[in-house]
Amino acid sequence: MNAADKNRRLSISRRSFMATTAGAAVLAGAATAPTRLLAASPIKVAGIYTVPVEQQWVSRIHKAAVTAQGRGDIEYTFSENVSNTDYPRVMREYAEQGYQMIVGEVFGAEQEAREVAADYPDIAFLMGSSFKEDAALSNFAVFDNYIQDASYLSGIIAGSMTKSANIGMVGGFPIPEVNRLMNAFMAGAQEMNPDIKFQVSFIGSWFDPPKAKETAFAMIEQGADLLYAERFGVSDAAKERGILAIGNVIDTQADYPDTVVASAIWHFEPTLDAAIANVKAGSFTAADYGVYSFMKEGGCSLAPLGTFEGKVPAKAMELVAKRQAEIQSGAFSVVINDEDPKSS
Amino acid sequence: MDLIDILLSASFWTATIRIASPLIFATMGELICERAGVLNLGIEGIMVAGAFAGWMAVYSGTGLWTGVAIAMLVGMAFGLLHSLLTVPFGLSQHVVGLGLTLLATSLTYFSYRLALPQVTSPPKIEAFEVLPIPVLSDIPIIGPALFAQTPLTYLAFALVLAVSITLYRTPLGLALRAAGENPAAVAAQGLSVTALRMGAVIVGSGLMAVGGAFLTMSAFDSFFFEMVNGRGWICIALVVFGAWKPGKALMGAVLFAAFDALQIRIQQTPIGANIPYQVFLMMPYFLSIVALVAMSRRAEVPAALMVPFNKGER
Repeated sequence: MNAADKNRRLSISRRSFMATTAGAAVLAGAATAPTRLLAASPIKVAGIYTVPVEQQWVSRIHKAAVTAQGRGDIEYTFSENVSNTDYPRVMREYAEQGYQMIVGEVFGAEQEAREVAADYPDIAFLMGSSFKEDAALSNFAVFDNYIQDASYLSGIIAGSMTKSANIGMVGGFPIPEVNRLMNAFMAGAQEMNPDIKFQVSFIGSWFDPPKAKETAFAMIEQGADLLYAERFGVSDAAKERGILAIGNVIDTQADYPDTVVASAIWHFEPTLDAAIANVKAGSFTAADYGVYSFMKEGGCSLAPLGTFEGKVPAKAMELVAKRQAEIQSGAFSVVINDEDPKSS
Repeated sequence: MDLIDILLSASFWTATIRIASPLIFATMGELICERAGVLNLGIEGIMVAGAFAGWMAVYSGTGLWTGVAIAMLVGMAFGLLHSLLTVPFGLSQHVVGLGLTLLATSLTYFSYRLALPQVTSPPKIEAFEVLPIPVLSDIPIIGPALFAQTPLTYLAFALVLAVSITLYRTPLGLALRAAGENPAAVAAQGLSVTALRMGAVIVGSGLMAVGGAFLTMSAFDSFFFEMVNGRGWICIALVVFGAWKPGKALMGAVLFAAFDALQIRIQQTPIGANIPYQVFLMMPYFLSIVALVAMSRRAEVPAALMVPFNKGER
């Protein structure tokens, strides 16, 4: 063992010592409030993200984790902007440091991440993945943003707001999580107006707002008067040209008050909280946590109309309310379609 | 929409020039470096640093043009590092350049996090706005394309002219070109090859940074990590495409941008629905390679490109 390793060990033991002391302090303070007792043993959770935590998708995970930490359920730390090639190494580092649960996204390191998980059977891995869980790897659970319910509802609103019956959609890459939301959105729009024409483009990058903006401009020139803003840059084009947009995953209406009509929002909290509960109960196992993103689990919702309150046709809002109730009751389910969406 | 319709629409050409603008800055920067005999592979990283520096400056309260100047200074600082290592020390230009790209991108991200530790989405600035030139912008098609752009785009075109005149009509330009062709002859004239090359790399790097700043201050109004997205590497190819001549390099940048603007538009037509989108995304790169092969047959590569010069050594 070299000096650096020794130092790290030392600092870890110091940190865990401090955590224990802090925990003891909380315990002592909580003596009068028995319900707070759980807070005495927060789970150590590490987040590993391939992009900055500002990115829409990851921001939802980060937010849920910060919330859970605020509640005292977990002790949270994270690494962002980790490249896919470096991902397994960072997983191992956290695993070696005694984290009990590691949450992240392995879309670009599916195989390697599973190999790391196999080496640390006592640590719970909750990973965003395009694949399903594997019963043989019992500590590796998967999730994804299955928010098609909310996307579908936002599609209904979009269908009622487009006057030219022409909707532009700019995506990053046609991967399942993107496709399924686009398809649900299109199905919703078509329920309002079966004749709607869709323009679909992918820009081959998650982070190229100038390119997303250019693509959106091209769609507007070709008649689109409403855009599905899957990427940063699309709402900017809509705002500049004075047309409308529908948001995805996060609510950006505050930045574009006259542009973004509605947004399908992902709530990661049910997913994370279910995993935390399972880890605490010792029952964490290979499972698909994707279902916790469904609307009936509270995993997604339609953002409040805000500045567009009263501007969406009542007929559309009635249908939204009806479908929402049906989704909650299970009477209606939005089709999950992972195929590449096409221009029409 | 037909191909003809697209090619005849003013918006297509406006988009082309808009997409070309950052490439023009960075291509001119790279061209200056290479004409002096130094390959600058730090371009991608320098563009990222420039994109961040200019935007951050404006976000912190400076004016837009001050922001451009700060981006340029940051680029020049990286250029100084690059030229120190490659010119007097004569280190491998490939290794230094790639190393600099890694350093500049990481340093940018580090600075970004230090400056904005807790943000949900990167803040926006008031970016450069379109400034139509009266009368000229009313000309059909080329009017809006060339004369209804942001000020930085006009600057890009002026820059090509300035680089062209400097390289071919001034003693400095002659000395610079000679440093890339036959440094020994430059030294024999009593001029410092080291100073010429370092100067070229520093100024060239400054221009690359302005190219990056175009993305955050003109094409868009916010900074995202990874938003340069390989544009720097394209510029290296554009210099070769332009046979190390500013005018031809400009043509190359416009051509590449035109292919890009075209693929964006074709993707949404019904034809686009039947062809995988990757084919369209590939199109500008593929066609640029084809054009590169055709154009570069008679290219005159600077004879001393990537050859370190040590005074008095044969």
